[in-house]
Amino acid sequence: MFELLGVPPQALFGQVLLGLINGSFYAILSLGLAVIFGLLNIINFAHGAQYMMGAFVAWMCLNYLGVNYWAALLLAPIVVGATGIVIERVFLARIAKYDHLYGLLLTFGLALIIQGLFRNYYGSSGLPYGIPPQLTGGHNLGFMFLPTYRGWVVVASLVICLATWFMIEKTKLGAYLRAATENPTLTQAFGINVPLLVTLTYGFGVALAAFAGVLAAPIYAVNPNMGADLIIVVFAVVVIGGMGSIMGAIVTGFSLGLIEGLTKVFYPEASSTVIFIIMVLVLLVKPAGLFGRTA
Amino acid sequence: MNLKTLLAATALGALMAAPALAQQISVKAGVLNDRSGIYADLSGEGSVIAARLAVEDFKAAEKGIKVEIVSADHQNKPDVGSTITRQWYDQDGVDLILDVPTSSVALAVSQITKDKNKILINSGAGTSDLTGKACSPNTVHWTYDTYALAQGTGGAMVKAGGDSWFFLTADYAFGHSLERDTSAVVTKAGGKVVGAVRTPFPGTDFSSFLLQAQASKAKVIGLANAGGDLTNSVKQASEFGITQGGQKLAGLLTFASDVHALGLQAAQGLVLTESFYWDRDDGTRAFSERFAKLNGGKKPTMVQAGVYSGLLHYLKAVEAAKSKDSAVVMAKMKEMPTDDPLFGKGSIRVNGRKMHSMYLYEVKKPSESKGPWDYYKQIAVLSGEEAFQPLAETGCPLVK
Repeated sequence: MFELLGVPPQALFGQVLLGLINGSFYAILSLGLAVIFGLLNIINFAHGAQYMMGAFVAWMCLNYLGVNYWAALLLAPIVVGATGIVIERVFLARIAKYDHLYGLLLTFGLALIIQGLFRNYYGSSGLPYGIPPQLTGGHNLGFMFLPTYRGWVVVASLVICLATWFMIEKTKLGAYLRAATENPTLTQAFGINVPLLVTLTYGFGVALAAFAGVLAAPIYAVNPNMGADLIIVVFAVVVIGGMGSIMGAIVTGFSLGLIEGLTKVFYPEASSTVIFIIMVLVLLVKPAGLFGRTA
Repeated sequence: MNLKTLLAATALGALMAAPALAQQISVKAGVLNDRSGIYADLSGEGSVIAARLAVEDFKAAEKGIKVEIVSADHQNKPDVGSTITRQWYDQDGVDLILDVPTSSVALAVSQITKDKNKILINSGAGTSDLTGKACSPNTVHWTYDTYALAQGTGGAMVKAGGDSWFFLTADYAFGHSLERDTSAVVTKAGGKVVGAVRTPFPGTDFSSFLLQAQASKAKVIGLANAGGDLTNSVKQASEFGITQGGQKLAGLLTFASDVHALGLQAAQGLVLTESFYWDRDDGTRAFSERFAKLNGGKKPTMVQAGVYSGLLHYLKAVEAAKSKDSAVVMAKMKEMPTDDPLFGKGSIRVNGRKMHSMYLYEVKKPSESKGPWDYYKQIAVLSGEEAFQPLAETGCPLVK
């Protein structure tokens, strides 16, 4: 039996797969950020809080309304997306004409407020949320035990990511969106309601975060800080992929999950920093990110 | 009011208050802990509530001792904790600091407390170094430490046949200290440690580390972490079929609040060591009921109970010494036996180690639990002498 740097290949396959699973969270979250940045030019720092809200809405659905996981998977993105629409209309629309920095500060402030409110009501140690009965258990793949739920996470996020990419890059609606980003005045002159498009896009990006939150609820602790821990990494992913690049966000999300997974085997102490090291390197060599277009 | 009258009024006030001040001692206690992060539920505002209850039960006002309680969030960062500590001691007139979870912060605060000659009664932190090589004449370590956790949970697991161990260790002072102390217990009892992995703190996904633990074929996976790290790793261990595969999990530091967050479905069967459980006897139940009313229905953790017990003993010592001079009060605290309904009778050793029994619990199955917070069944009791490190082995320079 050969070994690679002291790690047996079976263990390595297992870790590669795990990395992809974590990568799917990065992908779906950075995709939401990329959509919002690409089309609205807003750096949405509330993304982590919105991801957390998704998980909490799933928990509330189950505990207050008796609504199960599958319904929550649909319901939570709608509910949280709706709050996103309110935020866009009430706050973001007003500062759209100013510098990026204002949007960043505003959404960062909102994130702190949202997290604080949830912490106040639900405490910081988290709430229990079980794996849906249809997806418990797992399969022995020979080299590792793959829980069914994790398999589902990869499939679900891949489908959502590709569908989003297809919608923005290949459909008529996506063409409107891109046109509205390039030249809002001209697009509006063609009779397209640009403000509505912008609002719906933000709502959609937020809904993606909430969707990831529901996916995460059964495997990570549902607590108010779950988004804050993740959002910094996700921002690094977006920067590496290139701000605003849809495909870039998806590909980088999965590959960085993979790299992080491998770091956990070879040098676990560095696993929380490896993404930032890559970010520094990428910024030095390609400041616009791997998939970004220099303006 | 112009400045002159204001000054005159102040002077008059001071003059009138002077005789009263001569008899009254006023103490300012600072509760320094995590109020927003992963340890906020096991310490946080609950510890402040516990401190207030201690003042209430001591009947401080009737005894001529005025107690003021302040609190702050150290965010689990040693630099933040140090800054607050310095400000409290230098500018705000704080006499003692309570709680301080997160070992790295606790070690920093203990050092500053020694330099400024104040008092630290630590309840939240785990590292046994606080009463070992980093011991201080100004620090009492109240509730538990990594050595006692290792003796309790580690000893029990080895006795039950778990003689090979793999550690998932939170990569900071507390995790290292817990891994070291538990390894010593395991090896001494004839077991062996087959491996360990240091996980970045705080972490979210532990599946990768759990697979490494699984591949090691160790009989016991020792979780040398706490709070959110612990709940995430227990949850994911059950997801990856690790416990079903025959390996046992040892949650070396598990608080009641963690079990509450996990739910019994995921936490059942965990063996853990605590010095306080709300449902142990009438005394703990009575306290916990009062506490829960003030804390949104949540029962106290052992850390919060330790803040109550520690402040109560401090106030008794101030009363007996009729002084709040740090050295005098500390001598009195170590001389007087400790006694309260939460931890029973005990004492404080010369190295600052508070001695009391530790209890070994197993988390109930969902079918055994009668309702919320009914989580533990007691398996064994370790006396203070059995649980805590023998004085001679601590390496503390205060022990001669």
